[in-house]
Amino acid sequence: MEDTANKKKIWALIIIGFFALVSAGTYAYNELYIYLSAYLWFGFIYGMCLQYGRFCFASAFRDLFAVGVPRMVVGIMIASLFFAFVSSFVTATGFSTFHPSPSGIHSAIAGLIFGIGMVFAGGCASGSLYKTGEGNGTALLVILSISVTQSSFAAVGGWFNKLVPNSWHESALAKKLPAVINAGDGWLDQYLAGYVWNHPTVTFAKMLGLKNDSIIGAFLGNFFVGVLIPALLMLIIVYFIWVRKSHLRDAAKQGISESHTVGFWRMVLSSKRTSIAGLFLGIACGLQMFVIEGLRIKFGIRNAGEILAKLGSDFGVSVRGTVFDPGYWYVTTQEAQWVGWIVQKLGINNFDNIFFGYINGIPNPAVNPADWMSLALIGGAAVMALVSNEFKFKKPTRELAMWAIIGGFFMGIGSRLGLGCNVGAFFVRVSNGDVGGWLFGLGMIVGAFIGVKFFNWWTERKMAKELAGLEL
Amino acid sequence: MAIKFDKKAEGVYTLDCTGYVCPHPQIYTKKMLEKIKAGEMLEVTFDNPSSSESISAMCDSMGHEIIDKKAEGGKYLYKIKKAA
Repeated sequence: MEDTANKKKIWALIIIGFFALVSAGTYAYNELYIYLSAYLWFGFIYGMCLQYGRFCFASAFRDLFAVGVPRMVVGIMIASLFFAFVSSFVTATGFSTFHPSPSGIHSAIAGLIFGIGMVFAGGCASGSLYKTGEGNGTALLVILSISVTQSSFAAVGGWFNKLVPNSWHESALAKKLPAVINAGDGWLDQYLAGYVWNHPTVTFAKMLGLKNDSIIGAFLGNFFVGVLIPALLMLIIVYFIWVRKSHLRDAAKQGISESHTVGFWRMVLSSKRTSIAGLFLGIACGLQMFVIEGLRIKFGIRNAGEILAKLGSDFGVSVRGTVFDPGYWYVTTQEAQWVGWIVQKLGINNFDNIFFGYINGIPNPAVNPADWMSLALIGGAAVMALVSNEFKFKKPTRELAMWAIIGGFFMGIGSRLGLGCNVGAFFVRVSNGDVGGWLFGLGMIVGAFIGVKFFNWWTERKMAKELAGLEL
Repeated sequence: MAIKFDKKAEGVYTLDCTGYVCPHPQIYTKKMLEKIKAGEMLEVTFDNPSSSESISAMCDSMGHEIIDKKAEGGKYLYKIKKAA
């Protein structure tokens, strides 16, 4: 048994060595590759944090509704608070890479669809990545399903054009995008250019009449009002509905104070692993923005598309010369891109839609900075799982494969409607004072509630059959 | 592979969720604990690491006692005594 554990540790070292070799080798070839390596190592840190804290956004409200466990809500709020604090500093110093997205009811609807999907799939977009690093085949299937769904949804047209309101169609055409994009064709194109882009971008700083990149706007508007107060409110609600009763029971049994302040802190510290992971994750997320913006200044660029052009790998760059280069943690767009790239290579044109052709491009996954981040995230999680002897290859059962594909499908649709997943549309946006992030989050909560109700019915039905012959 | 329930001895039940991911192990554990009588034991086997945190936290909040926890090579065995 000890032999197996040692072998796993050797594998962990091999993975670290591989990423180090990629970083050093590509840097020796051309110093511009350090930009991609920055994404890689932040992805690696995210993977380690997620696995260590069993940090899955799906479990936050799912476990709260299904089994009354608040640990993940607490972890996410801690991560958001630290990310928001570091972000405020980065924003106030002019190093932020974050741009708020248009907010509206679509953010909440997208969150709802995504929330149902993540409960069905058994993990959110980032959770599925780290669980893949633990050797979980079901999580890998979820990633495949999200990727294929998004890529297909970005290009879907034909009959689906009939579902587009005429006002969206007219508004999309009025944007006068380059002719190669064909903005009047394709459901998602017309949704984006004809509906989403007509919505304002709203931050808490802006709502208070402050500038985002001022010290008072970043700290008072986006951090204090936009994150600290709502996060505390949410934790207080969770405490009073789900934790208060058990705290009073423990207080009577163990002789500790009945004070709700004591109970609240016991809830916050009840899962040290999750809280510690949240703390490191939050700080790393803020730092990534600082580092990426610093590298952009150093190389005199605004987008990684310019780096790919200099490296001679400009296949798949959008008509604006850009590729997906968020400058912070993101999950789903790069998952769509690699499928989009394969489809393009198979001869189906993907450059005529807004998502790929106008905004994100479909670069070769081997030089796509965001893909480096996601692969390294899987690697970081694998290293953590191997070191703690938790790595185990698990083939999906037929039932789990079905849930993975259905859940991934819903998450893929929700991601594209909401311009991101639990990370890009919720965590990053909330932590940077974007009101739309909370709307997506509220939708996710309702979606998780619906998903849990369905799962409860499903498991009851299965258990009734299985337990029929068992005397209880 | 399916989730397996069994009666090991009088007042001792087993639940095997090996191969299952979130949220199956924690939901089945909760439902099984609801079905057995106070003071009876439930032995849960699973291999999904994040369920270990959730099951521990769930038992803690519901007052069930985890008598024994074993974790080896990515497989977990929790012996849980239902609260009186």
